Amino acid sequence: MATAEEVAKAAERRDVRDRWLLSAPALLVIFLAATGPLLIVLVYSFLTPGAYGDVKWQFSSDAWTSVLLERDIFDDTLSLAAAHVTIFLRSIKLAVVTTIATLALGFPTAYFMATRSEKTRDLWLFLITIPFWTNLLIRTFAVLQIIRNEGIINTILLKLGIVSAPVQILYTDTAILIGMAYVYLPLMVLPIYASMEKLDFRLVEAGYDLYATRFRVLRRIIFPLVKPGVIAGSILVFIPALGAYVTPSVLGGGKNMMLSNLIELQFGQGRNWPLGSALSITVMIIVMVALLAYVRNAGKSGVRHG
Amino acid sequence: MASNFSIKHQPGFTAIAATCFVVLYLPIAVLVIYAFNAASSTSEWGGFSLRWFQSAYQNTQVIDATLRSFQIGSIAAVLSTIFATMAALATTRTASYPGLTFKYAAINQPLMVPEIVTGVALLIFFSRIKIFTGYSGLGYLIAAHTAFCIPFAYLPIRARLENMDLTLERAAADLYATPWKTFRRITLPLLWPGILAGLMLAFVISLDDVVITEFVKSGGQDTLPTYMLGQIRRGITPEINAISTAFLLLSVAIVTLFFFVSRKRD
Repeated sequence: MATAEEVAKAAERRDVRDRWLLSAPALLVIFLAATGPLLIVLVYSFLTPGAYGDVKWQFSSDAWTSVLLERDIFDDTLSLAAAHVTIFLRSIKLAVVTTIATLALGFPTAYFMATRSEKTRDLWLFLITIPFWTNLLIRTFAVLQIIRNEGIINTILLKLGIVSAPVQILYTDTAILIGMAYVYLPLMVLPIYASMEKLDFRLVEAGYDLYATRFRVLRRIIFPLVKPGVIAGSILVFIPALGAYVTPSVLGGGKNMMLSNLIELQFGQGRNWPLGSALSITVMIIVMVALLAYVRNAGKSGVRHG
Repeated sequence: MASNFSIKHQPGFTAIAATCFVVLYLPIAVLVIYAFNAASSTSEWGGFSLRWFQSAYQNTQVIDATLRSFQIGSIAAVLSTIFATMAALATTRTASYPGLTFKYAAINQPLMVPEIVTGVALLIFFSRIKIFTGYSGLGYLIAAHTAFCIPFAYLPIRARLENMDLTLERAAADLYATPWKTFRRITLPLLWPGILAGLMLAFVISLDDVVITEFVKSGGQDTLPTYMLGQIRRGITPEINAISTAFLLLSVAIVTLFFFVSRKRD
């Protein structure tokens, strides 16, 4: 005879097994069509490029060397690959500036939304959600029509006589920046709003009772309390901004490449799949570092907010 | 003076928020207005006309790409929602068990990696399989879309499940309902709004995808977004505005529906 304890243990084991079976299809699909192939990219980054794309199965660390360095064809010395370094720095710079810009605009917007009455809050949330759900390509295209030389901004500037010739914004880094800030703004507002909505304004009132100025209340009470939302929003903007493909392709033209365009090039005209793979892994490493920093920060603040 | 003091006021915040909302909608409004432009260029206004909608409708490439988008989107949405529902049932309303954290990480993995990296990875992996099997149909795109839609479908379903306690299910079991019957008659009806929300979210995410599709598609497998990207790179005509406007209308309809489904409390 099995004891009651044994029966309970067997039931628990069955429950865990059933739960694994239930989650198996989702895990399998994600492993086959998302996670697994990432491992192949890692393998490919250590192979030799084939003449017509793809790879030769021959070990080589050249791809990794040429992520940031280039070999002189005459004397075989290594030096920094200026083109790659420029693209790396540009991508990181644009992603960081986009994050700061969306934070500067998104924080007050989320605050405004969270301080409306309960009834109108849903409306504002709805208005932020619509662009969030709207196709990113369409929104980028909408920005393109506004900032190009014949666009509404230049037309107004010309009509008012502020400039005598259209200002070239399209196909510059500024265009990419405007486009990314525009398309990723909702990603910043939504998590900050989620934190802000739970903010207890009695704490703010207490701050004023203790003669704090508005800025001091903002800096010492509101900001620390919504910090998890700010960090989440920054991560949500930084990751896609660093790997952005659509926005630089449409608004940056061919010259202002970001990392994703450099990677694409290696799989197209460049015919250097190992280098493309090594660059992809590098992007992933940068993202992982950012995510780890986030987890550590979230862990710290999680102690206080439960 | 003191009675007018608002604790919620912060100087300049309302102005910035107002600017944000205007700036978010202005480009979209201009895009939609120019879809109804009679002129052939997108830089001058030639009067109201529906000619670009007509021309998009008669463009077989546009219609083909649209149908392909819907085909991939609906299959991927249904599959990912079914898998996400099962996974959500397996990962909620339980004490922690070995592997639970792993499952959370695995299901959310597609969200952590930039799309360009997943695109490249799938390009390499699927090109191998193509050589090996000779199959080059839509299956690859459907598999890729299903995978990255799962975490999105999972979100609202899990949220809904976490707000449902086990009381009703236990009552059903006490009344000798089989586990399957309990699921069919109790769990599923209660979970339905979450599943619907997940389905719509997955469909929209699939419909919007550019990057992964761009890398995975074979020749002649353009979806509407990749077709539009190709056209925009070549130079713009108001036809793209017309297609975008129709696309926008569809997205707004789905979001509105989603909003009502996920906000419904009972």
